[in-house]
Amino acid sequence: MANILEIKDLRKSYDGGFEALKGVNLEIEEGEIIALLGPNGAGKTTLISTICGITSSTSGDVKVAGNCIRDDFRAARSLIGLVPQEVALEPFEKVINTVRFSRGLFGKSRDEAVIEHILRRLSLWDKRNNAVKELSGGMKRRVLIAKALAHEPRVLFLDEPTAGVDVELRKDMWDIVADLKADGVTIILTTHYIEEAEAIADRVGIIAKGELLLVEKKAKLMARMGKKELEVQLTEPLVTIPNSLAKYELTQTQDKTSVIYTYDTRGERTGITQLLNDIAAAGLSLRDVSTRQSSLEDIFVTLVQEDAA
Amino acid sequence: MNWTAIKAIYIFEMARFFRTFLQSLISPVISTSLYFVVFGAAIGSRIDQVDGVSYGAFIVPGLVMLTVMTQSISNASFGIYFPKFIGTIYELLSAPISFLEIVLGYVGAAATKAMFIGVIILMTSFFFVDIQIAHPIAMVLFLVLTCISFSLFGFIIGIWAKNFEQLQLVPLLIVTPLVFLGGSFYSISMLPPVWQTISMFNPVVYLISGFRWAFFGLEDVPVATSLLAIGFFTALCLGAVYWIFKTGWRIRT
Repeated sequence: MANILEIKDLRKSYDGGFEALKGVNLEIEEGEIIALLGPNGAGKTTLISTICGITSSTSGDVKVAGNCIRDDFRAARSLIGLVPQEVALEPFEKVINTVRFSRGLFGKSRDEAVIEHILRRLSLWDKRNNAVKELSGGMKRRVLIAKALAHEPRVLFLDEPTAGVDVELRKDMWDIVADLKADGVTIILTTHYIEEAEAIADRVGIIAKGELLLVEKKAKLMARMGKKELEVQLTEPLVTIPNSLAKYELTQTQDKTSVIYTYDTRGERTGITQLLNDIAAAGLSLRDVSTRQSSLEDIFVTLVQEDAA
Repeated sequence: MNWTAIKAIYIFEMARFFRTFLQSLISPVISTSLYFVVFGAAIGSRIDQVDGVSYGAFIVPGLVMLTVMTQSISNASFGIYFPKFIGTIYELLSAPISFLEIVLGYVGAAATKAMFIGVIILMTSFFFVDIQIAHPIAMVLFLVLTCISFSLFGFIIGIWAKNFEQLQLVPLLIVTPLVFLGGSFYSISMLPPVWQTISMFNPVVYLISGFRWAFFGLEDVPVATSLLAIGFFTALCLGAVYWIFKTGWRIRT
């Protein structure tokens, strides 16, 4: 699949000397969903704002379907839709008019069928003649998405789409994203909910302090970085770990009834068989055995901590 | 040129005007009527005539100009400041449009609204005084140019303003005094010589004089000078807008 977005050595420094982006490189294929994870102030919004034209870059190059965002800004921007982090809407205008306005602003002629389709898909059709200020917070977020989709963009940026929304609405948003992906829209979303990236993204990028620390396919990332834990529950609490088990670097739960073995899924041998044999040889009897995969969150925390160190 | 986008901005801005159509019209009509009652009837009855024109009629061009200038500035400054204030400016900045198109849309709408109100004021004045317009085409030309140049000026104020106080500052502290001292309600020739000279530094004098000439053929300054002055002011505003466009001043970080 061809790249729809190419970011080369993108840098952004503010007047005070603060470097918000320190040479970001990223290529995004058409039709994929990429989640950019990062703590607050990592540069996620700056990256999106720079690509979309809200902030000017200090140096570097961004191409949208081959169009440079500086030299061919009209062609580049007409392919992009942006859902900002803050709910910013004209409060007194009717829902349908704000969506029509967005379509016109992007140079597309009026098309009521498209507007109706978008509003219905986002469950806004019944509210189309309501003033924006009459809507609930969740509905307002939907209006932002409707506005971003009004000109039928090929790339959609969602800047923290589910920050501060309830669980139900978050799931709704994920469904909307899945729908858009089915239509072939490329989606770049920023989030600090790792759960969100885990649920919907094809690839995950991790940003901290203006640098893209890593970008990888979600599954591969979790497999590569993923550590698994084996919890062995014993019938009797274990006061000290026998010497014969020292090489496994086991940890114990507080009540001493379980030992935890951390192993790497990448390794050819996980060492589980040997461990279980050695436990039996040490005369310990098992009550239960369970395994746990580390989540994207653990990976994220590890990476960001490593970067800080 | 992205005409569809200009049209979209223009229609969206005009919709704001029509949403509050009655308020937009009633307040200028009432305030103009008050001016006529106070200046035209109460004071005007003692002034009699200015250069052969009844005082009530004499103040009409000044009143129209006063309203058109303040309306142009407030419409245009609010029009661009409001998206900055509520954050919807993101959409303008991320759209495939140039700054020129943004200016055309906002300034076009602000100038149209001001013009609308200017015409209403003029029509209201017909109920109070008997006036003839000597040079109707020149009158329209002055009106249109004033609406455009002051809307451009208002747009610049809207971009510059960081809060609502600043938005009011220039109109209140600079524009209103200049308009009141610019001969809206009197002829410059009625002033002592020193003040006549000082008045020549007030750009509004030239606009009101030109506009009044279009009505009655009377002029405080030659009409060509008036046209030059308004042309110069428009060019100045265009220059400033171009600079903002080039640098992204107070819009794009």
